[in-house]
Amino acid sequence: MTSQFSRILIRLGALLVLVIAAIITLTWYLGSEDLAPLPSAEASDSLKESTARLNAAFETSWKALELESAPQALDHTIARRLSLALTGAAPSLEELRRFEKLAEGGDPTQSWLNHLFADQRYTNYVAERFARAFVGVGPGPFIIYRRRRMVNWLSEQLAMNRPYDELVSDLIASEGTWTTNPETNFITVSVIQDGDNKGPDEVKLAARTSRAFLGISLDCVQCHDDKFGDRWKQEDFHELAAFYGQADMTISGVREKSEKNYETAYKGKKDPSVVEPGVPFSEELKPEDGSRRKQLAEWITNGNNRAFARATVNRAWALLFGRPLVDPVDDIPLEGPYPAGFETLTDEFVKSGHDFRYLLRLIAASAPFQRASDSGNPDKPVTVEQEAAWAAFPVTPLRPEQVAGSIIQSASFRALDGDAHIIDKLRRFGETNDFVKRYGDQGENEFQEESGTIPQRLLLMNGKLVGERTGENPVMNSSTRVAHYSSSEKQAVDAAFLALLTRLPTPEESDHFAASLEKKNPKAKARASADLYWALINSTEFSWNR
Amino acid sequence: MNSSSFGACNGKDHFSRRFFLRSTALTGLGWLTPLSQQLARGAEKSGGRPKSIIVLWMQGGASQLETFDPHPDSAISHGAKAIKTALPGVQFGEGLEQTAELANDFSVLRSVVSKEGDHARATYNGKTGYRPFPGLVHPAIGSIITHELPAPTHNGAPVDIPTHISITPGQFPARGGYLGAKYDAFQVYDPVNPVPDVKAWTDEARTGRRMESLSVLEKSFAAGRIATLEKERTLHQSSIERARNMMTSDLLAAFNVKEAPKAEQESFGDTRFGRGCLAAIRLVESGVRCVEVTLNGWDTHINNHEGQLKQKSELDPALASLIKGLKERDLYDDTLILVATEFGRTPKLNVTEGRDHWPHGFSVLMGGGGLRTGQVIGETDPTGISQDPAEKVRVEDIHATILNRMGIDHEYEFMTSIGRPIALSDGRPISALL
Repeated sequence: MTSQFSRILIRLGALLVLVIAAIITLTWYLGSEDLAPLPSAEASDSLKESTARLNAAFETSWKALELESAPQALDHTIARRLSLALTGAAPSLEELRRFEKLAEGGDPTQSWLNHLFADQRYTNYVAERFARAFVGVGPGPFIIYRRRRMVNWLSEQLAMNRPYDELVSDLIASEGTWTTNPETNFITVSVIQDGDNKGPDEVKLAARTSRAFLGISLDCVQCHDDKFGDRWKQEDFHELAAFYGQADMTISGVREKSEKNYETAYKGKKDPSVVEPGVPFSEELKPEDGSRRKQLAEWITNGNNRAFARATVNRAWALLFGRPLVDPVDDIPLEGPYPAGFETLTDEFVKSGHDFRYLLRLIAASAPFQRASDSGNPDKPVTVEQEAAWAAFPVTPLRPEQVAGSIIQSASFRALDGDAHIIDKLRRFGETNDFVKRYGDQGENEFQEESGTIPQRLLLMNGKLVGERTGENPVMNSSTRVAHYSSSEKQAVDAAFLALLTRLPTPEESDHFAASLEKKNPKAKARASADLYWALINSTEFSWNR
Repeated sequence: MNSSSFGACNGKDHFSRRFFLRSTALTGLGWLTPLSQQLARGAEKSGGRPKSIIVLWMQGGASQLETFDPHPDSAISHGAKAIKTALPGVQFGEGLEQTAELANDFSVLRSVVSKEGDHARATYNGKTGYRPFPGLVHPAIGSIITHELPAPTHNGAPVDIPTHISITPGQFPARGGYLGAKYDAFQVYDPVNPVPDVKAWTDEARTGRRMESLSVLEKSFAAGRIATLEKERTLHQSSIERARNMMTSDLLAAFNVKEAPKAEQESFGDTRFGRGCLAAIRLVESGVRCVEVTLNGWDTHINNHEGQLKQKSELDPALASLIKGLKERDLYDDTLILVATEFGRTPKLNVTEGRDHWPHGFSVLMGGGGLRTGQVIGETDPTGISQDPAEKVRVEDIHATILNRMGIDHEYEFMTSIGRPIALSDGRPISALL
């Protein structure tokens, strides 16, 4: 029903876009010299100090391993990584042009982050990534679960840079209805609708809580004690679950009901027994008073609960690098050992008052994030050891929506941001969903690194999205426009490389493609330009973060 | 990685010592050869094990009472009629006449139970044999089979189309889970349409120029980066090569059901599902390991009887023709078929004359692949009260049975990426079927 509706809208929209885009193209292109530079920013003093402490930790470890670090990455490369991680698409040509005009002396990374943080694409995209960890991707129970509302709520919290500890507290202790208090969807997504045991499912909630907020996979001991070590007992999991034991579904939404109890039958016992809530470690941090979920929320987000801060640091790191610092992202050892930099990052995050943007700024400023993924010397390439120690930026697969987002973005010069026309956004939404389904979405397993697959290659070589976005269409596609309006073949090639790969071509690449564009017949030229776009989209570099 | 066959079901890297020892032990073959190709062929011929599996997935929850487990004399039938089958004393729901005649060719499991009553969770459970577990996605049965068995061949040549396929996949296509995305089912829609994304937008000369340009780009990307990036991580260029092989494969014709004789096409029924079943036969004939065909629309919370009848009108000709078609081609013993659903439906009718979800005793049909057939396993309560059917079969037992029959050790523990070993199935094979 909704998808049908949006398809009709998209079709109608396409007509309108023809007209609008024609006007935009002309006016924008004529006015491109007047693009304002991005405002230039400096790193704050505290950020500079945090960065120095963090980098010292990495430098020490590289020295101990006798590893050289890869060279500094280009500003364009840093911008690409940040846009992919925080908006789900490569930067637009227009944004890059403004970035290039940045005043001397400013900090490019922090200026670019300012630009992104002010953009709705950041809040919407990161909210979706959070939601995957908090509530998963499934449709969930009928009526009482509204995922879209939950994502919007997260997006609002990100827009005001709500301290992360407060955001998480709201989720855990939320009360009210799934529509007016969207954070309660964290609870309602677990509700069992069939059978006699109606109401929020304590087991599912405890599993989510331990993975998403504590970075420990306590749910592995749901049915029996830890088989691989003596760390966790079955009781640890169920006592955590008992904190959700009084959450109840009522006419006025999610409420605490003090008569309710959580029961389970432990291994080897036939009958279930009542389980009292208890935390699996750091008991001294648990408050004595308040509802069960409030107590749990306070214990988790307590500044001295290192597991909470570590889990957040590891997730933010994975968001920016495509690979967590400790793998898997939600299974961090409670007592270490930790890789270089991890404890420093945790300290700095707690000190900042659980400021999520500060954490992103710090990771982006860190020496590992600023490294190139190549050595700059073909005779002495980056090694696996360098990459493992974060002395070179890791090459990781992009997620399907990042690939789709980049294809759609690259077809237009302007950023498809919060200001972009509603029809552009609708089109993007429809195209992205269809593409993501065929490309293969990993769902909640966000950071499982996979090789390319054949359906992915087929989709990028022959799929509708790529065919239409790169085809000869002067109104819709920049591939055709670039060919027509650029003053030289070389300039057209430069623009295509920037729009697709966020870098300028090497001399060899420039010669190859400029020669291919040397056509008198405008149609032949448009075809050659489409071929250029196709090749860029089908390169390894387009689908992998570097 | 083996570049000679399709990646999704590439068997060479899994044609491990373990598999080799197991297959030789099973068949009593004592010889050894280092050539995997010969090994693969040896395994293909050996021991009368089925080579392929076809899963017909009844999405939404087929009602056991209107399909394979009617209780016409009980109040819970609510007027639904039953018909005789080829098995004395065994009845099916009205509308399954063609299938009923073939009741000797499969077994009916009437006592399947699970603990999942939600569509997404129960489908996951049905397709993987495991309940959903946070932080880990289990592979579907077809993914396990393509992973465990060697890369299939067709007339001695590697099969260069996907060997795990989902036709009209709906919301929950079979996934590779912890085995990796390359074991995901390749999704195709109504076989009346061309296979998606296999046709190039440009002619050969232009495609050639595009590939040349691509190699210029790949050369500069590789410069200064980890030397084994392509070979051990991205597999980007080798996937392009294999995708291009697939684009020109003769075996793609198997998808095109319009090439089948007109009479055969008609026998399956003029429906998406019917065409999917016909394509399934043709794909299995071409060496494909696993085909899943989905028939959506069984979720009859309103007007149950009418809804189930409509579904049966699509299922009956397609299923019967599938069995007959496989037998005619002498493929029935080589092909295991499974007709499954996420759960059954309640014995009670609700106020809108619908039946709701019922995971406490529903029906699954299994046949072919050398399984024992012509029998009914299990029995549900004719009064519809008991949630404890006789000779209970758990969903995971079905998985263990299939793996066992395919010659795969279902208890084998796979070390997953989260560092936790998980058995391919934690069910018990159903001895009555083996």
